[in-house]
Amino acid sequence: MTDILITNGRVIDPANNIDEVCDVWIENGTVAGVGKFDGSAKQSIDAKGLIVCPGLIDMHVHLREPGEEWKEDIESGSQAAVAGGITTICTMPNTEPCIDHAGIVLQVIARAKEIGLCNLRPIGAVTRNLKGTELTEMRELSRSGAVAFSDDGKPIWHAGVMRKALEYSSSFGYLIIQHAEEKQLTDGGSVNEGWVSTQLGVQGMPVEGEDSMIARDIMLTRRADARYHVAHISSKGAVEQVRLAQKQGLKVTAEAAPHHFALTENEVLNFNADAKMSPPLRTEEDRLAVIEGLRDGTIEVIATDHAPHHEDDKRCGLSCAAFGIVGLETMLPISLDLERAGVLSMSDLIAKMTSNPAKLLNIPEGSLSQGNAADICIFDPQAEWTLDREKLFSKGRNTPWHSRTMTGQVQYTLKDGRVVFEKGSLKA
Amino acid sequence: MPKPLFGLKHLFGIGDLNREQITSLVNLGDDFIDINSRSVKKDATLRGRTVINLFFENSTRTRTSFEIAGKRLSADVINISASTSATKKGESLLDTGQTLAAMQPHVLVIRHSVAGTCEFLSEFLEDTALINAGDGSHEHPTQILTDLLTLKRSMGDIQGKTMTIVGDIAHSRVARSHMLAAKIMGYNVRIVAPKTLLPAFVENYGCEVFHDFDAALDGTDILYMLRVQTERLTTNCCFPSIREYHETYGLNMKRLKAAGDHCMVMHPGPMNRGVEIATDVADSMKSLILEQVEHGVAVRMAALTALCGGATEE
Repeated sequence: MTDILITNGRVIDPANNIDEVCDVWIENGTVAGVGKFDGSAKQSIDAKGLIVCPGLIDMHVHLREPGEEWKEDIESGSQAAVAGGITTICTMPNTEPCIDHAGIVLQVIARAKEIGLCNLRPIGAVTRNLKGTELTEMRELSRSGAVAFSDDGKPIWHAGVMRKALEYSSSFGYLIIQHAEEKQLTDGGSVNEGWVSTQLGVQGMPVEGEDSMIARDIMLTRRADARYHVAHISSKGAVEQVRLAQKQGLKVTAEAAPHHFALTENEVLNFNADAKMSPPLRTEEDRLAVIEGLRDGTIEVIATDHAPHHEDDKRCGLSCAAFGIVGLETMLPISLDLERAGVLSMSDLIAKMTSNPAKLLNIPEGSLSQGNAADICIFDPQAEWTLDREKLFSKGRNTPWHSRTMTGQVQYTLKDGRVVFEKGSLKA
Repeated sequence: MPKPLFGLKHLFGIGDLNREQITSLVNLGDDFIDINSRSVKKDATLRGRTVINLFFENSTRTRTSFEIAGKRLSADVINISASTSATKKGESLLDTGQTLAAMQPHVLVIRHSVAGTCEFLSEFLEDTALINAGDGSHEHPTQILTDLLTLKRSMGDIQGKTMTIVGDIAHSRVARSHMLAAKIMGYNVRIVAPKTLLPAFVENYGCEVFHDFDAALDGTDILYMLRVQTERLTTNCCFPSIREYHETYGLNMKRLKAAGDHCMVMHPGPMNRGVEIATDVADSMKSLILEQVEHGVAVRMAALTALCGGATEE
């Protein structure tokens, strides 16, 4: 007798090239098989009309613990993740203290394990205290569980330091993730520089802030033969540069956030601070370029840049408001628009939230291979619901999608073969 | 609450107004000029109304003219500036706004360095009419109404006239509001500045853009000089020196003459003599600068009347 049987669902497991209506069965918290199950089960889930896929991975998340737990903590962030069908999150190191020592890596992993809702795989800092001057002990951070390195939010502006970071990290095969933003061009800005910023009378952040740093980084990546990943790519120029670098055989990859392929700068025309983030929402031309990058594979990963903030930091006028929006609970429905629009097949779309980030980070999650931990997302791609920010599991209320209709809803999330989220509620 | 006039609940920006509303406000301002020149400068229009001037940025003429405007119409006017407010004790803008609104004023007049402050506060302050007295680089509607009243009285119909605005367009709320007003009211705007002082896609406003001041003079009816914030100019590399700025974009007698005898000079103040405008030009017969200040009181009387001077609804 098997422990859990998921029947009749459309099983999509891109890592194993599976896309068919069949069963998934689970024993001892691991995937025991995918195919036609014959026998009895202690518990069964009827997934008729639903999609069954590996638990999603979000490789760009800010959880604020330790240091700013009033904005989010590992518990509320884990809850938001599984509510969004996400079972593995990679947390950015800009906590307080930041993740630049092994002790903090171990601490956040242990805390997530204690909560037991989702895997937390931290991203270590590239430089000590995110100061951009001295490298962290990447070897030890990696041994402790860091899966990549980034000074996210504080771009590594010093070209010499970036060169050394790429050279050192690539000596051991580590991935460097850059929030590409030349602050000397963007400082003081709140929104994309263009006609919208002009009409608002708000200082803009020119697209060249992103593009110029990526151009520099790609040159340094070439020399170092490094692995370089562009976080939350948002501009046409950036997508084009990544595409060209890949054609030249460089190990350059990119992720896109749902807001950058779903929304444009027009969202801030009413001074909406819940549509303020960095990089900012850009033009329709940029949005379409990001979509094309997702379609042709230039952008391999969808990641949210989940950035919860307290409402006090958002309710102070657009130019004073903090950067960032929450994303864990909206990643799937917003991304499903790409499938509905014919940009990506369902399998290719799911790959960008499962097998692709897993491969990039060299982690075992993101597939339904036999023996893998049974981290599974079961969702209804058609179900419509209205997003109410007061009902988010995240402590953050900062979403531009409040009161909008979402299509696609998570029905069940399983972690290690245990149902942790079912039809709107967390399971104890 | 009093019923607002001209369909105005708030006054956020020129961009929210239509031609009829702008014309009505200017004409009402025109009617109030008379009170200001009487020996007894008092009218009962706003008796029983409370107006709070909440200024987070320094201001002399705008704050004073709102205060005088309210007082001459018998409103109770309270002035609060950032240096005396609880902001210094760490209170948020929203809390300051809500606290003052709880004291039930009819109108809050707000100046703040954050663009969209009135739009932001209006979501939380339901019963208080808000007037934007300048928000960041966004809008300054009462300045534009003041200018339109001044032009109406000195030139008559502004339709088809060409206003040439010179200076730091990028950071100017006055320039933005004029570019919006020009489209609505049918006058032309030329802007003159180096690229370092222009906002992105400024041509989308439908204005002509010049980098060469001298090339923009011919055909200009109004030379509108903007104050140069000297500290902003050099530290942000917007311009190499005051000397070169004055030489390139300053309005001197030679340029005023080249523009032609019909051309008038305006400035929203405060002026930097010898920087954007030469002293002899500022003091010349062509200068409307003091008329602007005078008419500013009348227009603010009109704005306050529009928002809280109507018949009271019980």
